[in-house]
Amino acid sequence: MFNFFLLILIYSGIYALMAIGQNVITGYGGMLSLCQAGFFAIGSYATAILATQFGWSFWATLPVAALLSAVFGLLIGLPTLRLKGDYLAIATLGFGEIVRNVLNNWDSLTNGPMGIQKIPMPDLFGFTINPYRKYAFLVMIIIFVIIAYYLFQRLARSRMGRALTAVREDEIAAQSMGINITKYKVYAFVLGAAVAGIAGSLQAVFSLSVTPGTYTFMVSVMVLCMVVLGGMGNFKAAILGAFIIQLISYFPQLTGLSSVIPPQFKQILFGLILVVMMIWRPQGLLGREEHTYGKKHAQKRGSK
Amino acid sequence: MGISEFFQHLMNGLTLGGIYALIALGYTMVYGILKFINFAHGDILMVGAYIGLFVFDGLRGDAPLGTWTFVSFFIAMLVSMVSCGLLGMAIERIAYKPLRKATRLAPLLSAIGVSFILSNSAAWVFGTQSRKLNYPFDNTPISFGGVVITPHQILILVVSVIMMVTLKLFVDRTRMGKAMRATSLDQDTAMLMGINVNKVISMTFAIGSALAAVGGILIALDYKVYPTMGTMTGLKAFVAAVVGGIGNISGAMFGGILLGLLETFGVAVFGIPTGLKDTIAFGVLILILLIKPEGLFGKVEKEKV
Repeated sequence: MFNFFLLILIYSGIYALMAIGQNVITGYGGMLSLCQAGFFAIGSYATAILATQFGWSFWATLPVAALLSAVFGLLIGLPTLRLKGDYLAIATLGFGEIVRNVLNNWDSLTNGPMGIQKIPMPDLFGFTINPYRKYAFLVMIIIFVIIAYYLFQRLARSRMGRALTAVREDEIAAQSMGINITKYKVYAFVLGAAVAGIAGSLQAVFSLSVTPGTYTFMVSVMVLCMVVLGGMGNFKAAILGAFIIQLISYFPQLTGLSSVIPPQFKQILFGLILVVMMIWRPQGLLGREEHTYGKKHAQKRGSK
Repeated sequence: MGISEFFQHLMNGLTLGGIYALIALGYTMVYGILKFINFAHGDILMVGAYIGLFVFDGLRGDAPLGTWTFVSFFIAMLVSMVSCGLLGMAIERIAYKPLRKATRLAPLLSAIGVSFILSNSAAWVFGTQSRKLNYPFDNTPISFGGVVITPHQILILVVSVIMMVTLKLFVDRTRMGKAMRATSLDQDTAMLMGINVNKVISMTFAIGSALAAVGGILIALDYKVYPTMGTMTGLKAFVAAVVGGIGNISGAMFGGILLGLLETFGVAVFGIPTGLKDTIAFGVLILILLIKPEGLFGKVEKEKV
């Protein structure tokens, strides 16, 4: 039972990374992207293929996974982000499906629907992080989440974060203030993709095998749900959302009711969460994080 | 490629395209008025196919193929159209109407939620196995000088042409159609002119959903009925709507048929592997967004402050 809870925490961490990425894209950039699963898959397969076929260590595959996801993010983002937002939703949805389609069909590289097994476990200074002994793995995931949280929190307060917020609130006004809206949108999209790639890489070394069936549209909707539930434009909320959604999706097993609750229960609930949150609490549980610039600083100076 | 082979592919493409066109109309009509993509449209199509299947099987019983099966098929189609029309109106009322003044992202997210609820509820209630909708007539292919046409294809062509012509006449000639066009041009002004905008929006959802139901039943005859059948079909229909210029009714019809032809000829003539058939639509989407984002018949809309 306790072990099961650790598993939920690990998955919460992996999904929290994806949710952080989604939050940059949707919460800050105001763009609806539906392919976190696609970037997740690219990251996973990059690690799986490099580790099993070329014998790379996990730490060497990690940046490649992030970079590869980012490149695909750039490829899909450049043509679509210049257009009105709705197209992005469809184009990314299609992209996610294409990724899965290709993974399923490119037998020589991805081994088709069978997937890739026997991915080596990650090492750190001679210490093997064995996913079966969940503590060590959990610690590693938590460190990743903290680093990502810290970096993205800084990013949100930077020039780019402020520019993105302006773009989300009013594109035309932002543009007339001299903000290059396409550039910042593409940046946000690429960063969101990269962090999902890292999450994918971690997922590969956690489950030690990858199959195309893991990376369905459901995953993208789950990640979206996490951000919407927690609160768009708030990284803490994205992490909280990831935890709550993971608890919900393992609720039947956790309570031992999996024979009573239909397997579609969680998906129906995700759908309901999206609709209900939009109607009654569009800001999410925690609400948007308002950054105050200079004020705190000024107060401190004043008190001195 | 011989001339008869060409006509064969042309026929196959036209029938596939006719179905896409019917479904694309729902996307384009909703987009024209509310300026948002109704993600749940594909799932309404799935519900329509299930209703059609159950009503048809219930009415038909064990009767052999004949006039009665044909009549019960059309009754099933009618029941399915009406139920889906009501379902579409209900979804709009519950999940989209409260969000009309919200941010642009809100109705999109809500629509994704509705889509998820519909497809997974269907999987829960009806099971995930696919079911067969039987042909209401003898589907032995008929040969016209080397070109083989199934009665099913004739049915698709006849039904989709009737539906599209009726819709076109409805939008162009009736009072309600005029109100729809006015609302899509400018909602606020239409309201000031005494048009009941809420009623128009409800009606738009009802018509779009009813057409989706027809599309669902027609496609179910060849591809079976299952809970996620609407996803891919819906996506392709959306691409068709974008190709024709989203918001433009004639454009959606044309885009649907064009996409059907491209898919058929892409596999048959250009040798695209069948496994990658579904990616053709997305290639077309990316291409059209790059070259002519407003679609073939769409108007370029200037954003105003």
